[in-house]
Amino acid sequence: MTAYAPHTRRVPGAVGDSAPRPDGPLKVRGAFAYSSDLEAEDMLWGTTLRSPHAHARILAVDTSAALALPGVRAVLTHRDVPGRNLHGSMVVDQPVLAVDTVRYEGEPVAVVAAEDPETARRAAELVGVAYEVLAPVTDAGAALAPDSPAVHPGGNLLRHVPLRRGRAARGEPLTADVVVRGVYEVGMQDQAFLGPESGLAVPGPDGGVSLHVATQWLHVDHDQVVAALGLPREKVRLHLAGVGGAFGAREDLSMHAHACLLALRTGRPVKMCYTRSESFVGHVHRHPAKMAYEHGATRDGRLVYVRASIVLDGGAYSSSSPAVAGTVATCSLGPYEVPDAEVDVRVVYTNNPPCGAMRGFGAVQACFGYESQMDRLARELGMDPVELRIRNAVAEGSAVANGQVLDHPAPVAELLRRVRERPMPGPSLPQGGHLTGTTSRGESVVRGVGYAVGFKNVGFVEGFDDYSTARVRLEAGGGQVRAVVTSAAAEVGQGVVTVQAQIARTELGVEQVTVEPGDSAFGSAGPSSSSRQTYVTGGAVKAAAEAVRARVLERADRLLGRPGSATGLSGEAVTGAGGKVLCKLADVLGDEAVEETVEWHHRPTFPLDPETGQGDSVFQFAFAAHRAVVDVDTELGLVRTVEIATAQDVGKAVNPQALLGQIHGGTVQGLGLALMEEIRVEGGLMQNPSFADYLIPTVHDVPAMHVDVLELADPHAPYGVRGVGEPPNISSPAAVAAAVRDATGLPLPRIPLRPEDVAGLTGTDDALPEPATAGAPPTGGDPP
Amino acid sequence: MSAETETPRPMDFLLPERLDEALEAMAARAGTVPVAGGTDVMVRLGTGHERPAAAVDLTRIVCLSRWERTAGGIRLGATVPYTRIAGELAAPLPGLAAAARTVGSRQIRNRGTVGGALGTASPTGDVHPMLLACGAEVELVSVRGARRVPVRDFYTGPGRTVRAPDELIRAVRVPEAEGPQAYAKAGRRGAVVMATCSFAVALWPSRAWVGTGIGSAAPVPRPAPEAEQFVARELGELRLWQTRGPLPDDVLARFGELAAAATAPADDVRGSSAYRRHAVAVLARRTLGRVWDDYRAHRRTEGEPCT
Repeated sequence: MTAYAPHTRRVPGAVGDSAPRPDGPLKVRGAFAYSSDLEAEDMLWGTTLRSPHAHARILAVDTSAALALPGVRAVLTHRDVPGRNLHGSMVVDQPVLAVDTVRYEGEPVAVVAAEDPETARRAAELVGVAYEVLAPVTDAGAALAPDSPAVHPGGNLLRHVPLRRGRAARGEPLTADVVVRGVYEVGMQDQAFLGPESGLAVPGPDGGVSLHVATQWLHVDHDQVVAALGLPREKVRLHLAGVGGAFGAREDLSMHAHACLLALRTGRPVKMCYTRSESFVGHVHRHPAKMAYEHGATRDGRLVYVRASIVLDGGAYSSSSPAVAGTVATCSLGPYEVPDAEVDVRVVYTNNPPCGAMRGFGAVQACFGYESQMDRLARELGMDPVELRIRNAVAEGSAVANGQVLDHPAPVAELLRRVRERPMPGPSLPQGGHLTGTTSRGESVVRGVGYAVGFKNVGFVEGFDDYSTARVRLEAGGGQVRAVVTSAAAEVGQGVVTVQAQIARTELGVEQVTVEPGDSAFGSAGPSSSSRQTYVTGGAVKAAAEAVRARVLERADRLLGRPGSATGLSGEAVTGAGGKVLCKLADVLGDEAVEETVEWHHRPTFPLDPETGQGDSVFQFAFAAHRAVVDVDTELGLVRTVEIATAQDVGKAVNPQALLGQIHGGTVQGLGLALMEEIRVEGGLMQNPSFADYLIPTVHDVPAMHVDVLELADPHAPYGVRGVGEPPNISSPAAVAAAVRDATGLPLPRIPLRPEDVAGLTGTDDALPEPATAGAPPTGGDPP
Repeated sequence: MSAETETPRPMDFLLPERLDEALEAMAARAGTVPVAGGTDVMVRLGTGHERPAAAVDLTRIVCLSRWERTAGGIRLGATVPYTRIAGELAAPLPGLAAAARTVGSRQIRNRGTVGGALGTASPTGDVHPMLLACGAEVELVSVRGARRVPVRDFYTGPGRTVRAPDELIRAVRVPEAEGPQAYAKAGRRGAVVMATCSFAVALWPSRAWVGTGIGSAAPVPRPAPEAEQFVARELGELRLWQTRGPLPDDVLARFGELAAAATAPADDVRGSSAYRRHAVAVLARRTLGRVWDDYRAHRRTEGEPCT
């Protein structure tokens, strides 16, 4: 054996370091290949003919003119779908191509492949579809009425989650000294990723097909594409292409099956890439919500009960709606101790654009409801709003809405104190300028401050057996050691590739780590959603690396002839008692790599009781608090966000720089929901499917942001980590809205806040609604 | 049913280097679309909203890309981009330069032109209100000859103007500023946003006149003539042009009301009609107050020795 250094060094880029991300320089330079950049020799372009109607019967489809156009290679309708003409990640209810009914604007009716995208687009226009236009169901509340037309044969109620706690569970009346009521609404937010739905399907010599696609979860896509194509699983291979943002919008199929159908029909590679306006109808959105809340409290500000009736507009197909409704219920009371609760969450079918997963997954809407109520209650009690929240905050050992007792840190009061104690920002621009700097020189500008705290489950819930698969290989070559990690975890920009490398470095003590993407033939990693990848795929990589390490240490013991002497790996060396270096790792490995594959499951969760919504359905909750400071031109109703302070418990900051990016990004996405991001739908038709009129915050709208990170380890989680992607998105809309209310004195019950609302021009009738009662959701679409 | 649609033809894209070639191309085929920066036209082509038989690129025609001083003003070539207007013309045309700075993003301002904005004639265009407040004139030219149209007579409807199908916009003549000018744009976002509504005001002391322009609050960009006449009358009666005394609050408020009365706003995703009417009143009141304050302040520094 060769000589070795007498002591080890810490491996840079381990857990806790801001390890640089491998895709960073490429993305900054514009050299990164996104799914829309894919090309293949002899490639065709696919396009989709979509319904222009929110609801219509298809009487006839004539493809002859389209097929006759020179350069067109295929025009396919539902008749050309060889397998199951339905998909859906939870409920299989959405046609791959419409059969005899279209249920939302933009529903795919036919697909075309042609030699170039313009020809494909013109051919799609030549497909003659005879529609009988039907009246669309456009109001979620009215959709629940018994006489409402049904969007699907089974009726419009997609899921009802009742929640009953305390007196409500015992059928006793809910009463309190002080009662406040409000009805709140959240508009339809879009994920607004920049990389449109796109991918490349390549037919294989075996009669199968390979699809390179931007997605959040290859394996759930694979299941659905296999079913649609009617092919054996192994003949369909899905590979992750460069993902230009996701935020939940890539959890459902978009062009996946269509491109594969066209490739198999034509025998040539087919690329599909949605236009921007098409992208708006090509994925699901955040559920619009209407929430009637009633909070009862003692005069000294202790919550006694909460009653709520929440209706979510699921749109035309189910997507993730059932799970979103569950999250709304579980998060409906906020991170507060509430002894008695009677909550009903209903998600309904309409002919509006389908809604599903978006960052926050229902917790965002609920947070706007309960936090608006906490401010209202504080005003009613004459209490400081932060003090009221702290008085009712949950902590480790508290039960939340689903009755689950928090068995990990839950520092809600501490998070609130931290954002409150941060010094206030100074005056805004000296000229009080706003927006383009042209509307005000300080006239009518009033400062406002608002607080909110939110929480959400991390990962899948309600008994879903969630897991991730990782393979770790440790090998030596040229005197160096490297680790190769393989998983199918989708890098959607969040940095999961970097995190996997950091974990391998930490567990194996080697600096050089390569992370290789697993395709659909590799084990599933579960989705890049629900803030779960660092926890679950991180857990899988850690477990696989630990298994590799155990085998390496055994081998070292054998080589050294001293069983039990090798105890660790560090600095590319095997170490023993006291961290003493025993031998070089490369020497132990020699030519024989060590490889382990692990399928890692987090601790189990359990279903919600269908009557009471009670059950330990969650394996981890995550928390964040925000303080927003705004300057409002109260006359013009224009808002400038001056500063947002965030405090978040992350368990363990695995990569502090990436963490900061998540917190900044999530906070700004919430600010966008509070002030500008809304898909406007009239009669089921989208009014603003473009970035000219669907506004997302620009650099001019992003305030100074202060981030305070707590690292209170969750004893159940690898490294104590807590999911971080969603919490900063959950409470920032409520905090910004609260700040604008503080500046204007207006009730502002609906986000996004429009200038006319903030200027006090809309009839924000603050009349108290009737108490929400179980089984009687708010009906009708008119504001109360 | 679109099955009867005729087979689409490809579009000719012409690249003339001389104006007369461009004019001949415009005359040769009906529906030929001129393109300058392309920030509007290329979007319409890209989305398939417009499929002309031919397009004429104007960016190689050097004479269109220059501005020059004329008696009393600036003759601005149709393809001078906003970035140059904001930079090179800030002294003679401060209002137009300010409006140019609010257009789109830096990339859009590098490409977009006043000629293009006039050709598109979107009621939301940022430069129209100031062209109205300045009493600009549009030069139109075709193989048949040239003509000058006051900008107040130029717009005829949303996206429609008096430009004949074979005419090109050659230049815009804008009088040089002789007093403060202001453009205010209300939008829901800090940048890269189309105006919910906007207002321009320009003082013309030599004519004792206050010019106005309203954006995004009517089917066409339009002035507020009653507001102009009202404030001219008040300034005259109170001798404020001479004394440079303060403009009474009730005059400012009435000016705002009259400006709002000149609107005919739509309800759309950018704002309600009620909001637009309200905001135009606020913007008119504030911008007039601002330019009047600047006019008054200007006197105090006028003729001060530089030591």
